[in-house]
Amino acid sequence: MSIAITTQFICFTVLSLVVIIGALGVVLLESIVYSAFLLGGVFMSVAGLYLLLNASFVAAAQVLVYVGAVNVLIIFAIMLVNKKEDLKPINDIKSRRVISTSICLTLLSLLIRVDLTNVWRLSSPKNSIGEESTIRIGEHLFSDYLLPFEVASVLLLMAMIGAIVLARRDVMSKDISTGLPVDQELIEKSSEPLLTNKN
Amino acid sequence: MEYGLDLEYSFSEFLKGFGLSSEIAHIIWLPLPMLLVLVAAVVGVLVTVWLERKISAAAQQRIGPEYAGALGVLQPIADGLKLLVKEDIIPAKADGILFTAGPILVLVPVILSWLIVPFGQNLLVSNVGIGIFLWIALSSIQPIGLLMSGYASNNKYSLLGGLRAAAQSISYEIPLALSVLAIVLMTNSLSTVDIVNQQSGAGILSWNIWRQPVGFIVFWICALAECERLPFDLPEAEEELVAGYQTEYAGMKFALFYLGSYINLILSALLVSILYLGGWGFPIPVELIAKFLNLPINAPFIQVFTASIGIVMTVLKAYLLVFIAILLRWTTPRVRIDQLLDLGWKFLLPISLANLLITAGLKLAFPQFFGG
Repeated sequence: MSIAITTQFICFTVLSLVVIIGALGVVLLESIVYSAFLLGGVFMSVAGLYLLLNASFVAAAQVLVYVGAVNVLIIFAIMLVNKKEDLKPINDIKSRRVISTSICLTLLSLLIRVDLTNVWRLSSPKNSIGEESTIRIGEHLFSDYLLPFEVASVLLLMAMIGAIVLARRDVMSKDISTGLPVDQELIEKSSEPLLTNKN
Repeated sequence: MEYGLDLEYSFSEFLKGFGLSSEIAHIIWLPLPMLLVLVAAVVGVLVTVWLERKISAAAQQRIGPEYAGALGVLQPIADGLKLLVKEDIIPAKADGILFTAGPILVLVPVILSWLIVPFGQNLLVSNVGIGIFLWIALSSIQPIGLLMSGYASNNKYSLLGGLRAAAQSISYEIPLALSVLAIVLMTNSLSTVDIVNQQSGAGILSWNIWRQPVGFIVFWICALAECERLPFDLPEAEEELVAGYQTEYAGMKFALFYLGSYINLILSALLVSILYLGGWGFPIPVELIAKFLNLPINAPFIQVFTASIGIVMTVLKAYLLVFIAILLRWTTPRVRIDQLLDLGWKFLLPISLANLLITAGLKLAFPQFFGG
């Protein structure tokens, strides 16, 4: 075994362990903040796995989109609404846990079955494209994957408009979560400039 | 354009002389450029801290550090030693793990980004194909470190400071990336080496600053905002706020933030010089001078000479920009948080988008000037 293959194997093992343990931590930890930070770690290790597969552009995009945007947004949301409130205890928590565990195990067994039955076309390192992949991804995005790419952007636009409607409560007269009428004075106050002009 | 002394080749040949295999020679070679870049970054920070002290003193008609070494050059080392031997305090109610991990997450991406900074044709740690995109991706990790340290301090001011710092660096990342994209469009490559080579045609005349003046200004403003330098140092705002997310930090953990912000400043200056000011290029192309003096371009002594000129030019341009940043810090007032976010989202973002569109149009119209 050459040094390059050994390094690759060690990196793969470490990254996979981080992905699996981190993902378990995201689900099982009580503290939601820890879960969010661990999620960032999982995304980073997935980017590392992409790097091992010679897909450096995908790895960088993974870091930029999932760590830099999605995870930061999640942490932002958690920190802005991190109220210490006692949640109502759920009565049949045990049976719910049993049901969700069995569903997850079923999905896992399905994935394992797909993994075992599918014949994977492994490309040899000789015909891997490596650095050229950036160009190849661009070509695909503008030819055969054009429609999904554009539809994804429409989806993002819809999400953005929805977020603006939710955030600007003056659009609706009732609060969505509580059903109470919106305090319009508060909204007017928030749209005033911070400093009044003195001229 | 593939010429130059191959240091790695000669190094591994040298080691093979001792009977080592080429793989082991490669492994011994690997850490050397990394260490060199790390040392260069830290020395760069020391120089910048000294410059900051001296220039701020001059701007305020003081003398500044004077007794530690000639002209106070040893003052930054004294500062660093002081921070090193200070007590490492973790507040009792703070979250110990996140409190320690925060500063590390701020510093590590910045240092990793030095991977792509070229000081010459072959003088960089790794000429990765995704080059400048790697830097954009890595710099997007930093807000997580800021949020982490703000949260872990278990202090309202720290949390708010962390949120503000993260909001700032997120909103300035987008115009930054868009102005880089315009350069990439002209170069047809993400690699920093290609970006410099594309500007090397006619010396100072072919630098990107003439073709991308708007992009240059947008990039510089955004880079200053990413480094949290005045006029954009709202997260810290030393005279007004309680130092934001750094409030609870002391000793070496604080020093990591400090180091991170200065390394980031130097890195930004280096990247501006690479993207817009011709990188290692001399204002008059070195090849032209060599041809004029009838010297062979591939001779070893000329190679060493051009390589050192390249390093000197890169560092000189970067430190000129660092000088401007320091001068800006001590002469401009701070913007307010709403002005800061307005500037980012309502002014720089549309301008950089328009710049990208115009660049694309000009590239189609004049492919010989704007990269075909």
